Amino acid sequence: MSMEEKNVDELVKSARTIVRTSIILALATMTMVFVNTNPELFSSNDSSENEDLNKKDRDLIEDGIHVRTGLIDAEGMFVVIGNCTNCHSAKLVTQNRMTAERWNETIKWMQETQNLWDLGENQEIIVNYLVTNYPPKKSGMRRSNLTDIEWYETEN
Amino acid sequence: MTIVNISTRVSPTQSTLMVVISNYRVLILLLLLTGSFSLFSQDKETEMPFGKHEDMIILNDKPWNIESQPHILNDDVTPASSMFVRNNGKLPKDIDASTWTLTIDGESVVESKTYTLAELKSKFQHYTYQLTLECGGNGRKEFDPPAKGNQWSLGAVNCAEWTGVRLRDVLEDAGIKKDAVYIGYHAIDEHLSGNPDKEPISRGCPMFKALEDETLLAFQLNGEDIPLIHGYPLRLVVGGWPASASGKWVNRISIRDRVHDGAKMTGTAYRIPCNPLAPGEKVKDEDMCIIESMPVKSLITFPKTGKLIKTGSSLEIRGHAWSGDLEVVMVEYSIDFGASWVECQLEAPANRLAWQHFSANIKFPKEGYYEVWARATDANQTSQPMVLPGWNPKGYLNNACHRIAVKVQ
Repeated sequence: MSMEEKNVDELVKSARTIVRTSIILALATMTMVFVNTNPELFSSNDSSENEDLNKKDRDLIEDGIHVRTGLIDAEGMFVVIGNCTNCHSAKLVTQNRMTAERWNETIKWMQETQNLWDLGENQEIIVNYLVTNYPPKKSGMRRSNLTDIEWYETEN
Repeated sequence: MTIVNISTRVSPTQSTLMVVISNYRVLILLLLLTGSFSLFSQDKETEMPFGKHEDMIILNDKPWNIESQPHILNDDVTPASSMFVRNNGKLPKDIDASTWTLTIDGESVVESKTYTLAELKSKFQHYTYQLTLECGGNGRKEFDPPAKGNQWSLGAVNCAEWTGVRLRDVLEDAGIKKDAVYIGYHAIDEHLSGNPDKEPISRGCPMFKALEDETLLAFQLNGEDIPLIHGYPLRLVVGGWPASASGKWVNRISIRDRVHDGAKMTGTAYRIPCNPLAPGEKVKDEDMCIIESMPVKSLITFPKTGKLIKTGSSLEIRGHAWSGDLEVVMVEYSIDFGASWVECQLEAPANRLAWQHFSANIKFPKEGYYEVWARATDANQTSQPMVLPGWNPKGYLNNACHRIAVKVQ
């Protein structure tokens, strides 16, 4: 075998190896992507609970918003997350706008009827967080003006 | 061999590089493909759960509360994809319809009985009705001071076609004692706290409503098995009353000798002040009364709000109107904020407790911004208010007129 033929032979071998490796890599990537985007394949099918999230993702904050819950990042947020989002979604908290008095009443109601535990000193932290970051909105009208109208044209 | 010819012309190093690049090209291409596949799949994640229409609005995902919008409720019979979801507990899973049973019990049952789903289907006659289901808190978002709970806007209402057996037939088969007052349903869904001793919701209705022809134990929605999120495999359907009376995943119905006292029957849940209150005023629990038949209401489902139309052209509007246990006798529209009203065409209901369809053709006098308001009147000559009805602590029964914005230019 000449030097050149030997080189060519090695080249063909290395080329084959690279092709095989790349196919295996690509298939592995596709499998990982598929599994990532269809997590129910290997987990319980309760999509509302993200218990598999690791600590870093659970605490991730972007643009002042806690990504996992949508809560505004401010003093007391993790106390709210720890005490309020075990049973229900944070969406139930953020869509309600109440005064401290009404939040305290609501907490009492949850303790009396919904198995909420005694919040102790955390209650003040939670209520302060809620009235500061989600204060009641005043409309002051029996009907509001229509807002955020998305004007559109149609053919006819 | 071509490769030999190539390698005779270029050095082995160059050749290796070319082969590597050409092979990596394959790898790069595959990675790009998988990359775009991954992006495509991530798009899928933003799709609505439970096969819901993409214009549905998720108010809450624990428990699931998903709202519809007027423009996706235009169908005469609401498709499952546009039906609102109001769940109170965790969504049940691993339901096996072949082993499902329904038990009739309670203080006022003659003989407690348990039926398999197959027995219910074979033993009793089937009926199909279009039934209007509206959440008691539909429209809560508008109350001031704000009312506690999911902030429903306009879309917690639908009218789908339910098939099942009459609750009356099943109750009578078990036997109803003379002292029966109320029925209460029980279901398999789990309380959010995970406490097995707590039911997320267990409501019901008085005997007169339970014994109506249209009150069904339904196993089909629009001709198919009920979707899980809407109560598969068996749902109590009580048309015209707060939709919370229509229990999902029902496995037991108690005939009670008193007003049913299950979860969300007592306290302030699905109750309004017995006497009118000033906005924000306090009220004792014992002064709160259970909501029964829902009030008269209508919804303009076509066109979607925000339509721009050309001067001189007319606008066709369509929608639905309903009024709890009653029939709607008139729907009107106004384009001048209620200064004048014009009667719409109104169809008779497909059956009792089905919503009715209205339509009108509107000409606008000149260019500009208009709101088209709709107002329904029921058989008791009661109409919808243009302003918000009486404030109540939980924000129920907002039946104020619906309106859409239109600009003529």
